[in-house]
Amino acid sequence: MIAMDETDISFFKDGLRLDGRKADELRPVKIEVGVLARADGSCYIEMGGNKVIAAVYGPREVHPRHLQEVTRAIVRYRYNMASFSVEDRKRPGPDRRSYELSKVSREALEPVILTSFFPRSVIDVFVEVLQADAGTRTAGINAAAVALADAGIPMKSMISSCAAGKVADTIVLDPMKEEDNFGQADLPIAMTPGGDITLMQMDGNLTPDEFRQAVELAMKGARDIHELQREALVKKYNQMTELSPAEVHACD
Amino acid sequence: MTNVISEIKKDFIYNLLLKGERIDGRSFDQYREISIERDVIRKAEGSALVKLGSSQVLVGVKMQPGEPFQDTPNRGVIITNAELVPLASPSFEPGPPSEVGIELARLVDRGVRESKAIDLDALCIEPGRKVWIVFIDVHILDDCGNILDAASLGAIAALLSTKVPASRFGLGEDYILPVRDIPIATTAIEFNDVLMFDPGVDEEAIANTRLTIITTAEGNICGTQKSGTGMLRPEQAYRIIDIACEKAKEIREKFLEA
Repeated sequence: MIAMDETDISFFKDGLRLDGRKADELRPVKIEVGVLARADGSCYIEMGGNKVIAAVYGPREVHPRHLQEVTRAIVRYRYNMASFSVEDRKRPGPDRRSYELSKVSREALEPVILTSFFPRSVIDVFVEVLQADAGTRTAGINAAAVALADAGIPMKSMISSCAAGKVADTIVLDPMKEEDNFGQADLPIAMTPGGDITLMQMDGNLTPDEFRQAVELAMKGARDIHELQREALVKKYNQMTELSPAEVHACD
Repeated sequence: MTNVISEIKKDFIYNLLLKGERIDGRSFDQYREISIERDVIRKAEGSALVKLGSSQVLVGVKMQPGEPFQDTPNRGVIITNAELVPLASPSFEPGPPSEVGIELARLVDRGVRESKAIDLDALCIEPGRKVWIVFIDVHILDDCGNILDAASLGAIAALLSTKVPASRFGLGEDYILPVRDIPIATTAIEFNDVLMFDPGVDEEAIANTRLTIITTAEGNICGTQKSGTGMLRPEQAYRIIDIACEKAKEIREKFLEA
């Protein structure tokens, strides 16, 4: 890859972004619920060029056992990138970035999970990034939240996540790869539909005023995504008119 | 890995808080006493021992020539590491870096990197082949709370006293590493809608929401991180930012601007 300078790119053409979006427009989102047979809950999401799949297992027994908590379930979150998901092959396995993302993503979801219902157990959330195009953590959190609901984990509310960025001195919603790489700032958030923020990160350079604008814009994006998450869940459960034999068996 | 706190102490802190007080008598936005001692390690290219109240953090900077990253062939490299050594706290364990340690190192790194404090283009020795690699190593010595702000302060203080060891590698005379900005991390916890800056170790144990704001000398924000399993209202975040900008300015003027 050749290093480009920030000045080599013009981010706007006739007021539209590189992919033809307006500044406050999301990339196309596609959400599918219950895509994995073995998992207790699962979700596949596409957000622009991101393809991410999330699975939830649990509540189940904790291994290793010393990790268990007497009063509540613990939540584990593993964010993992496939080696082929990025331009230059990523070395498989966790790195420091994925450790940090796993931590903040877990902390984005845990506030709404009613962990006290399941003492001594674990709720495992596994997120696999299959194709990356800026915004994988937010896509992962959106998929994970739907997968948790699909697994029937009791939650106080949904969690929806979206980023805002700054390119060419303009605050934009849901930055794509080029805007993230050569832009001036990136600010991902996650929140409840009621506007309680559970994830907030930022890097780049923003004035306090721009910071507020970016938060407001990201929150608007998250509200739109929440609507899509809800629709996807409703759609799945509308289709479940009758239980399949396998599911009847599971209920025994 | 979390610090344990007794219920009775928790109640005590909570009841004080309702009266608008903190366990060590500080106001909610008041930092503990800060001291920064530079050049404490002669073998390092730059170093700083930061005391934030009783918290102690030692940061050492080492530099050596090495290969650039493929996608930035003409730029120097910054590598930040943090060691949460077991001597610093009963809750630290030996072994590979914990999640908390990794997050801490990456936040210190974010401040230095995103503020563009170091001109990476100036650290190129031979385009595409040889650049300076700056290792920022954070050693936590005593964790009495808010080691993140202390570590971040230590990193920039150590960088401000760093001499590029050019002569040791046959690259001319040693020179002072140019530093263009002074990023300051400011951390607050939220508990019952009270925002407490520079939390002590017991205060950290009762709160489950933490927000760190890293500001530049210009008063802009170059990094933030919400941490912990709680929630934050946007208004609370904005309030933290307003106070953080002020606090960072005070700290910068008092300790780091010559």
